[in-house]
Amino acid sequence: MTFAGWLTIILFAVILTVAAFALGGYMAKVYTGKRVFLSPLLAGPERFLLRVLRVDSERGQDWKSYAKSLIVFSLVGWLLLYVILRTQDAFFVPHALNPLGYHSAPWNVTFNTVSSFLTNTNWQYYSGETTMSYLSQMLGLTVQNWLSAGVGIVVAVALIRGIIGRSGKSLGNFWQDLVRTVLYVLAPISVLGALVLVSQGVIENFTTYLSAHTITGLTQSIAMGPVASQEVIKLLGTNGGGFFNVNSAHPFENPTAFTNLVEMLLVLIIPAALVFTYGRMTGNRRQGYAIYSAMMALFLAMVVVAYVAEAHGSPAQHAAGLHTHVISGSTGGNMEGKEQRFGIAGSALFDVVTTVTSCGAVNSALESFTGIGGAVPFANLSASETIFGGVGTGLYSMLLYVLLAVFIGGLMVGRTPEWLGKKLEAREIKLAGLGILITPLAALFCTAMATASSGGRKSISELGVGPQGFSETFYAYLSQANNNGSAFAGYTGFIQPNAGNVGSHGVTFADLLGGFDMLFARYAPILFALAVAGSLAGKRVTPAGLGTMRTDNPTFVVLLIGVVILVGALTFFPALLLGPIVQGLTGHLY
Amino acid sequence: MKRDIVTSVIGMIVLTILLGLVYPLVITGVSQVAFPGNANGQKVYVNGKLVGSKIIGQSFKAPVIGKNGKPEEKEEELVTEADPRYFQSRPSATEGGAYNAAASTFSNRGPNDKATKEADEENIKEYLELNKPYDASLTVAQIPVDAVNTSGSNLDPEISQANAWIQAHRVAAKRGLSLSVVDGLISKYTDSRGLGFSGEQGVNVLELNLALDRLTGGTH
Repeated sequence: MTFAGWLTIILFAVILTVAAFALGGYMAKVYTGKRVFLSPLLAGPERFLLRVLRVDSERGQDWKSYAKSLIVFSLVGWLLLYVILRTQDAFFVPHALNPLGYHSAPWNVTFNTVSSFLTNTNWQYYSGETTMSYLSQMLGLTVQNWLSAGVGIVVAVALIRGIIGRSGKSLGNFWQDLVRTVLYVLAPISVLGALVLVSQGVIENFTTYLSAHTITGLTQSIAMGPVASQEVIKLLGTNGGGFFNVNSAHPFENPTAFTNLVEMLLVLIIPAALVFTYGRMTGNRRQGYAIYSAMMALFLAMVVVAYVAEAHGSPAQHAAGLHTHVISGSTGGNMEGKEQRFGIAGSALFDVVTTVTSCGAVNSALESFTGIGGAVPFANLSASETIFGGVGTGLYSMLLYVLLAVFIGGLMVGRTPEWLGKKLEAREIKLAGLGILITPLAALFCTAMATASSGGRKSISELGVGPQGFSETFYAYLSQANNNGSAFAGYTGFIQPNAGNVGSHGVTFADLLGGFDMLFARYAPILFALAVAGSLAGKRVTPAGLGTMRTDNPTFVVLLIGVVILVGALTFFPALLLGPIVQGLTGHLY
Repeated sequence: MKRDIVTSVIGMIVLTILLGLVYPLVITGVSQVAFPGNANGQKVYVNGKLVGSKIIGQSFKAPVIGKNGKPEEKEEELVTEADPRYFQSRPSATEGGAYNAAASTFSNRGPNDKATKEADEENIKEYLELNKPYDASLTVAQIPVDAVNTSGSNLDPEISQANAWIQAHRVAAKRGLSLSVVDGLISKYTDSRGLGFSGEQGVNVLELNLALDRLTGGTH
């Protein structure tokens, strides 16, 4: 561990908080229809888009109508993406946009990929530079990077409107919320961010792969593509699907330690900002501060554990005789699967940033993290996106936990639980409880299926022996259920002997199980969150009394952290013991 | 329902054109005008020939020439050995030969796997064979981890300074340069931390090797 390493972590947390506070205020204005500094520029395009869509933005939608629009829109997107990916070598695709003449991936891999990008998961059984044409990357995958992020955010906004609703059943208008999210929130940051990334060395071109002749007489083929435009929205929308196979570890996706900082900031900025947006929209900013404190405390605890574990080095390194402490000119630690320019701290921090959110982009090989370092992403996923979480998904997941915490707190003091002046009754608690249970249920059920069946065990990598094999499997379905998309990448669902998909085939069991895992764990919680919103929207507000439990003070922060840890730990602890914890505690080689 | 379907279909088409065509093309256009070098991958030319990208790592091993005068192959991959006149990059486990930048991949070596230990030992042996003749005091315990662990992308363009300092003994001897000249070049091609505090310093291997060639001539 180094001073510079700790400084990186602390300064990152400070910069994030300041930036998120500012963006949170901006987004509150956007979603309450107030003027913002970009309004003169964007009000025109907004009106135009809504007219093209034939949407009457004055018409509010109740929760069922809102959910229906969302589901139909997602279904249409699913079908379009499937068609685009399956026809990437069709006659109407211009050669310039598929310069290497790649064929389409098989149906089962495509099913998994499409479900993955629709659900903001971006789990990738395929490798970008050997599978996807430039057209598939931009017209197919980039578009869903935007839209799946937009869908997540509008659900969080609808839930906030339900919580603060004073009359009637309206949660707002899905189409207007989506258009505003794209135009006012995602677009300005993406355009600016993409250019910043290019200025630092991320590539953006449509040329065919380079062929270099090295100074020692070898040839090197170098993949190209329109990377920066996808890279920025991949991070900003907490999508996480890399243009290249190795994602943000690739020098063309993440060329310097500075871009590493920028990329981590892009990942967390919207999830963190939405918490402040929540505070502003409820009219009590302290509500937002309380939730932010709980999230930040859990986040920092995870970063510390990951950094210490990775700086210590791995049992395999020590058995080979390597010394892993810091020496002059070398950071030491577990550098297996890590890039020199990021070092241990930059890799550990990125790892936590990407797994507390539903991003799943990686800048180092998670499979090569030490037992305890690797247990951190497991723990983050076990918290089911409550530590910042994905764009929108994070806030609505956390708000369901807040509801649960209020209920538990209410039971402890023996009063009917109230939340922001609204009485919580059996219906809301049931819906929230179900919403919270979906992700663990999907993750554990699929893991059990995959480890117990020979079809599932086919996907375990050659190197995945002993507990590592279980870890790979568990991580795969946990990551897909959380719509995260990071991987212990040895786990495979796609056998591809040649670039361009000639002779490739998918592992149907893993592809389908994972695909349904993602779809179920994405849309079921959305429906429950919207149902909670609908249920709360119509309730009358009663003024807070002396006996009302406050949800904006430190006591509540502690209670909330407790509920998150207890629910996460109790659900996942037995499974975690079998994989990463065994490895971390024994130091045994398998 | 019908209304939702119509709106969804129109919306998906309009947004796909806007976000999937207009947006990437605008970013590409601006990038190609404002940052053409970066946007095209920071290509490095020597005598008009493309030798690689500044930020993509590459192998500085040379093909082994067999008895028949042709490069030897094993399992359809070229057999190579380290060219001692050049600084060597980190080990790379991409398929189709090391540093295949058309198919980046993680090595996925687990922390508790015997295979990881064996791979480390293999790399340690190779590193010692290459460098110990020029630095007699070198032991396993002194080898910096980056020199024997594969990177995340397996395309890491950099090595640690400690790794470079050890290899400097060999390169200096092979090229008839003094150690201080080589160490000076290492400092020159060491990238600083992001904003002065973030990440780690690293030495760009391609730039360093090209600078050496400019000084004393290349192998090829």
